[in-house]
Amino acid sequence: MTAAVLLAAFALGAIGWFVARARARLLYAGRESMHSMPVYHAWHLALWVVLPALVVWGLWSVIAPPIVDGVVLASPAGTQIPTDPVQRAAILSEARGIAADPSFIGFYDQSSTIAAPMRAAQARFGLIGTVLMALAALAGGGYAWTRVTGRFPARTRVERAVMLTLLAASLLAILTTLGIIGSLVFEAGLFFRDVSPIAFLTGLHWAPANAVGDDLNANFGAVPLFWGTIFIGAIIAMIVAIPLGLMSAVYLTQYADRRARKVLKPVLEILAGIPTVVYGYFAALTVAPFIRDLAASLGAQNPSTESALAAGLVMGVMIIPFVSSMADDAIAAVPRAMADGSLAMGATKSETIKKVLLPAALPGIVAGVMLAVSRAIGETMIVVMAAGAAARLSLNPLESMTTVTYQIVQLLTGDQEFNSPKTLSAFALGLVLFVVTLILNIIALRVVKRFREAYE
Amino acid sequence: MPEAKLPDSKLTARNVDVFYGDKKAIDDVSIDIGNGVVTAFIGPSGCGKSTFLRTLNRMNDTIAGARVTGQILLDGEDIYDRDMDPVALRARVGMVFQKPNPFPKSIYENVAYGPRIHGLAQAKPEMDAIVEKALTRAGLWNEVKDRLTDAGTALSGGQQQRLCIARAVAVSPEVILMDEPCSALDPIATARIEELIEDLKDRYAIVIVTHSMQQAARVSQRTAFFHLGKMVEYGDTDQIFTNPREERTKDYITGRYG
Repeated sequence: MTAAVLLAAFALGAIGWFVARARARLLYAGRESMHSMPVYHAWHLALWVVLPALVVWGLWSVIAPPIVDGVVLASPAGTQIPTDPVQRAAILSEARGIAADPSFIGFYDQSSTIAAPMRAAQARFGLIGTVLMALAALAGGGYAWTRVTGRFPARTRVERAVMLTLLAASLLAILTTLGIIGSLVFEAGLFFRDVSPIAFLTGLHWAPANAVGDDLNANFGAVPLFWGTIFIGAIIAMIVAIPLGLMSAVYLTQYADRRARKVLKPVLEILAGIPTVVYGYFAALTVAPFIRDLAASLGAQNPSTESALAAGLVMGVMIIPFVSSMADDAIAAVPRAMADGSLAMGATKSETIKKVLLPAALPGIVAGVMLAVSRAIGETMIVVMAAGAAARLSLNPLESMTTVTYQIVQLLTGDQEFNSPKTLSAFALGLVLFVVTLILNIIALRVVKRFREAYE
Repeated sequence: MPEAKLPDSKLTARNVDVFYGDKKAIDDVSIDIGNGVVTAFIGPSGCGKSTFLRTLNRMNDTIAGARVTGQILLDGEDIYDRDMDPVALRARVGMVFQKPNPFPKSIYENVAYGPRIHGLAQAKPEMDAIVEKALTRAGLWNEVKDRLTDAGTALSGGQQQRLCIARAVAVSPEVILMDEPCSALDPIATARIEELIEDLKDRYAIVIVTHSMQQAARVSQRTAFFHLGKMVEYGDTDQIFTNPREERTKDYITGRYG
């Protein structure tokens, strides 16, 4: 029904487009000068048909349902249903379901008794809405029709409409981000009403399951999580990713001939396209048992199946393409003259790379590493599958450890009370993660920008 | 084929061809480059003068697909011989580029770079002496002696180019190749570099590629004119500019094309 009405609005717009163009062409033929080409008049009129209709539709779909509900409740059957707001809302919602699909079976008996008045009211107000839309489309179209004249600047109007559409699209993304930040801050704020931020950020004991009553502050110390995150994402993963990524970037930019580069670079980039779940399997099923067996054969007592090392190693492999492609860009951005200068002094290729190219590319490389770190600490699947759940402050990479992201998953999955400190702490953790990655990204982008300017 | 034998030839090229892939960039060039004189290569853009210059210290080796045939001798040794190490060769044949390209290091480290990789100094005082000498020769010492730790890139364009000359001089080369060293500089900085070339010419064989005929006339004693990958004429600078033997040289010098 709704789809048909919207389609009709667009069809009307399309008709308007052709009509306006035909009219403008006639004017064009009859007169020597027109401000805009006929096609702009066509678009102008089509927009004036479609947009008012869409606006009316949007408003009506907000306004109409409460009115429908009111009418249904005022009907003889409607007066029978309970006054408790929660029950009432549930019954109304079920009635809507039955109205849409008669085979739907509600939990409340009253739902089926008010389904008929519901359907009638919906049809009535749907019709009113359709009529309003048609009126808006015709009014808009009529206005635009009077503007199909020689002097009317349809072209500039249409250009402005295009600009506003693009602006709206970009604002939508920004607003979404702001909305996410807003909800994160709001929920974290609720958490910090119960738990002091200082205890949260500096406490060494993490046991949200035990947290009841007065010992909240003692059980929400997130330092072990931060440590696990840093140890896995920023230390172990980077020990793998930085040297390998850097060396592969140096090989690809300096040593590989064109054919090797053509094959190797895409293959390396495929690594970046592998879903993280797949890395997670690999970490949990292949790497972690291997590390456990290795640890056992080296004499470790009771090595854990899940280990920070397994998660960190696999995460490092996952990050290699990031480091490598950022380093690749940074090295490629160093002017060739710089390397030539060194070679012309009689430096060897590796001396040139070590002493001139890498120092010159260093800011770009550092920025790449920071972006890689920010990605690693936000990574979830690998740690969920391979790092374990124990919030532990330890330097032993063979022990299981937990991270911020893993705990967020734990806290928010399954049956949870939504307003308990335990659940809300997930938002506080998310906020910390968000702030840290944001800072890393900002610094990295700044560094890259400065670096670019230096060579332009 | 005009060929000028010099009594104390430092570099000798015989029948040199250079190819980039299938394209022939240099066609059968033979030239003797003298010690203690400045030799200028002139010619219109794309005539191959820079390409030929880069064959003299094997910088073309770093370009994929470049190939050199013929013979180039440095003090009688074939520089394209299997046994010749391009790294050792480039220590003997230094190069200064079109755009100043100091390394992203301090002024001191820029100059010390070459001596360090070639192990020319054992201790810090020795290195200090090399750096000072090189900067003095390049006419830069007085301007930078109080800020040797500043970044080389913080200097002005002309100073950067003199730093690059100091850098090349620091490894005590026998030949210095200059590839349009003033094309990115203003007239005052250019004049300083030209004075410097005059000061340096007694110690080194200097080869300079230049776009500017006036510059060639001012700084060089010998001039070679290149056109379309061939060396058209080679002789004393005075003779080339006042009384060219070849019609094409005359056309270029009088500004018919270029």
